[in-house]
Amino acid sequence: MPATFRIWRGDDGNCAYEDYRVDVDDGMVVLDVVHKIQAEQAPDLACRWNCKAGKCGSCSAEINGKPKLMCMTRVGDLDLSQPVTIEPMQAFPHIRDLVTDVSWNYRVKEKIKPFKPRQPDAPDGTWRMAQSDVERPQEFRKCIECFLCQDVCHVLRDHHKHDEFIGPRFLVYTAALEMHPLDTEDRVADLKNRDGVGYCNITKCCTKVCPEHITITDNAIIPLKERVVDEFYDPLTRLFRIFKPRKK
Amino acid sequence: MGWQTRECDVLVIGAGGAGLRAAVEASAAGARVTVLSKSLLGKAHTVMAEGGMAASMGHVDDRDNWKVHVTDTLRGGQYLNNWRMAELHAQQAPDRVRELEAWGALFDRTPDGRILQRNFGGHRYPRLAHVGDRTGLEMIRTLQDHGIHQGIDFLMETTVVRLLKDGDRVAGAFAYDRERGRFHVVKAKAIVMATGGIGRAFKVTSNSWEYTGDGHTLALMAGAELVDMEFVQFHPTGMVWPPSVKGILVTEGVRGEGGILKNSEGRRFMFDDIPPLYVDQTADTPEEGWRYVTGDKEARRPPELLTRDHVARKIVKEVKEGRGSPHGGAFLDIAWIKENIKDSETHIKKKLPSMYHQFKELAGVDITKEPMEVGPTTHYVMGGIKVDADTQMSKVPGLFACGECCGGLHGANRLGGNSLSDLLVFGKIAGEAAATYAGQHGEVTIDEGQIGEVETMTLAPMERSGGENPYAIQHELQDVMQDLVGIARVESEMAEALEKIAKLRHRADCVSAPGNREYNPGWHTALDLDHLLMISESVARSALGRRESRGAHSRIDHMDKDEQLGTVNTITRLSGDGSLSTEHVPVMGKTAELESLVKEMG
Ligand SMILES: Cc1cc2nc3c(=O)[nH]c(=O)nc-3n(C[C@H](O)[C@H](O)[C@H](O)COP(=O)(O)OP(=O)(O)OC[C@H]3O[C@@H](n4cnc5c(N)ncnc54)[C@H](O)[C@@H]3O)c2cc1C
Ligand code: SF4
Ligand code: SF4
Ligand code: FES
Repeated sequence: MPATFRIWRGDDGNCAYEDYRVDVDDGMVVLDVVHKIQAEQAPDLACRWNCKAGKCGSCSAEINGKPKLMCMTRVGDLDLSQPVTIEPMQAFPHIRDLVTDVSWNYRVKEKIKPFKPRQPDAPDGTWRMAQSDVERPQEFRKCIECFLCQDVCHVLRDHHKHDEFIGPRFLVYTAALEMHPLDTEDRVADLKNRDGVGYCNITKCCTKVCPEHITITDNAIIPLKERVVDEFYDPLTRLFRIFKPRKK
Repeated sequence: MGWQTRECDVLVIGAGGAGLRAAVEASAAGARVTVLSKSLLGKAHTVMAEGGMAASMGHVDDRDNWKVHVTDTLRGGQYLNNWRMAELHAQQAPDRVRELEAWGALFDRTPDGRILQRNFGGHRYPRLAHVGDRTGLEMIRTLQDHGIHQGIDFLMETTVVRLLKDGDRVAGAFAYDRERGRFHVVKAKAIVMATGGIGRAFKVTSNSWEYTGDGHTLALMAGAELVDMEFVQFHPTGMVWPPSVKGILVTEGVRGEGGILKNSEGRRFMFDDIPPLYVDQTADTPEEGWRYVTGDKEARRPPELLTRDHVARKIVKEVKEGRGSPHGGAFLDIAWIKENIKDSETHIKKKLPSMYHQFKELAGVDITKEPMEVGPTTHYVMGGIKVDADTQMSKVPGLFACGECCGGLHGANRLGGNSLSDLLVFGKIAGEAAATYAGQHGEVTIDEGQIGEVETMTLAPMERSGGENPYAIQHELQDVMQDLVGIARVESEMAEALEKIAKLRHRADCVSAPGNREYNPGWHTALDLDHLLMISESVARSALGRRESRGAHSRIDHMDKDEQLGTVNTITRLSGDGSLSTEHVPVMGKTAELESLVKEMG
């Protein structure tokens, strides 16, 4: 069936929507349509992709204004009576067509204190962990770094607080480290002072777009906020902590 | 426009599991390391691996040890493996997996809190450390998050076009970045190739756009040899419908968890034909098979867990004989376990979460209730750069290789799960050896003329106008390889394929890629063609010369094994005039100890 795809094209601020008429079928995903346009109409149409199976987090874009993975959005689920718009993510600097400069994310991650395990539990240098204790951080480790949550978060998207707020992706990352059963590092002061966890006002927009269905706000961000409160604002706990160091 | 130059001791090309592991090791050994990759960090193919990584830790069945693992690997590879590599791999894999845990990886656990291991085809005991069905993600993220704190210089979205040499030695690489199309020359005393596979040469594949065989051909052009290129693994279970997802992988973990294969008549056809080498290890009844997947140590594995080459051929046979599923595959059923397990729906979603989502979202199929339709897909290349087992160095001084682009470990057929552990074991060895080499050898010099030539060649497709569309040639090549050098091969068809590849070669020399240098996929595709065409020719030539069926290579015109060919590997070389030639050489790394081990383990 015929459909129109309206794609944001261009670079260096010299951009416009361009319409492409394509014959599509139900089983196709939006990434297939982009590839078809590349192969038949616009060989230089820029987009990122790798796995085409929702596993690598490369093909993030905004489809009809919604942040999504192009490879996991079926054409059959879109309203084809209207042109379907495909735009690059808005929270990052534009490079060309559907590609944005996501390098800020990589720089943010480098600043977060790395994993620091406790001494091994067994003489052979290994650890023991119960499945029930690894499940929470395992949820966070499902993250495919698609950065769709960063894209949708108003603190980054509308208020451009990239220098003061690490965004939901890296709150999830920090939560995975903080809740790792073996980790001994303390990142709570950084969360408050440098990473801007306080900017998040729990709108849950990030959770809604996460293709891995990570409950970012409830399971990662809120517990981190609680740790910050515990450590910095609750006088009783603070007093208590002078005598007894914080335990994971 | 020229190029920017940077220098390092060890240049690692590729940021998958193998490249990252090599970089971490080289850096730990004190070398200055630069890593180049075509994609962003963390997006390499390794991220897609699902089932797990094989290491004989014996956490689930304590009868397991490296000796069993090496014999399984050799049997799976039909004894064409580099035996020494198989030995090193089996011995070192457990330590490499534990190391990942020390760097933050969180594997699924046994009841006593150790790393859990699961069953996989061709492995005698439960051996695969895993995290649900996203083990590759866990591995690459762990290496990435560890690696970014080791002072390694990462250049993302930067593709190597040619290696540069200083006399016999490798001396660096010429690359372009996708973002701006700028050129980079990286001078290096040693280079580690870790570029992955060649799946894009075929039409139906589980592999991404990156898998154009770059590392294989870059090494050939630099004077190295390839080994075993006829052995391309067709994974038995890829998605077959809808058309746009055809080829996407359905993890073997589905069968490891009890999934069974059926034809349109509802028959569990895998029981019909068990290869002699495996009769003793295979269940006699469905009931015994179920006991095996649920951990009964006395039971033998169900026939669905036979090696990939065998399962793939059986599915093709059912389809050819008219007993396939509606879209030309077989039925893979995990939903049936509800007969044996109470809350099977939750169980399946927990054990196979990404398979559940993949089918739900891409095919509208609920795998907890309905069977999946599956068929073979091009998945992995056993063949690769020929190296010395203990150092991973190729014939070219200073050029090392590890991971999927390196040949030898897997022989005629790779066992599932042996790749992820391969990346770690040989990534480490290569990184270490490359750092040592760099420490022992002086600076390199690269003459500008050499660089200028590569620059001109790289720009050519963009400067040419009115030529053919590179995508058209890529698609035609994929059809040729799929139809003529695929899962069932015949002499006449492969000869035809070689003729067609030669013609495509001429056409590829005149493609044009309109647009400018910034993030221009047409241009990138044009440059990839060189690699795809050369690697396809190498596969076809190697396959033509092996007049027998063995492992992943099956010949309709030579259905049986040939005893003499069972003792040799095929080598591919590139000569000065640009032509490829092949030669058979004796299998490598065999020792009396290993031979008696194989006999003893049966
Ligand atoms: C869907 C799927 C599931 C799998 N599941 C399993 C499993 O469960 N267990 C298992 O053991 N194996 C599995 N495999 C196989 C395994 O994942 C791969 O063989 C392995 O990850 C390859 O790793 P690598 O490090 O060699 O290469 P990759 O991870 O592919 O990395 C290659 C790197 O090289 C870079 N590169 C390539 N060419 C160039 C160039 N010209 N210039 C610069 N950089 C370049 C790429 O950008 C990339 O960074 C699976 C494979 C697939 C496709
Ligand atoms: S919940 Fe917080 S992090 Fe998530 S989108 Fe809203 S403000 Fe941003
Ligand atoms: S948390 Fe979810 S949305 Fe955010 S980067 Fe990870 S996978 Fe993407
Ligand atoms: S291409 Fe990998 S997530 Fe879409």
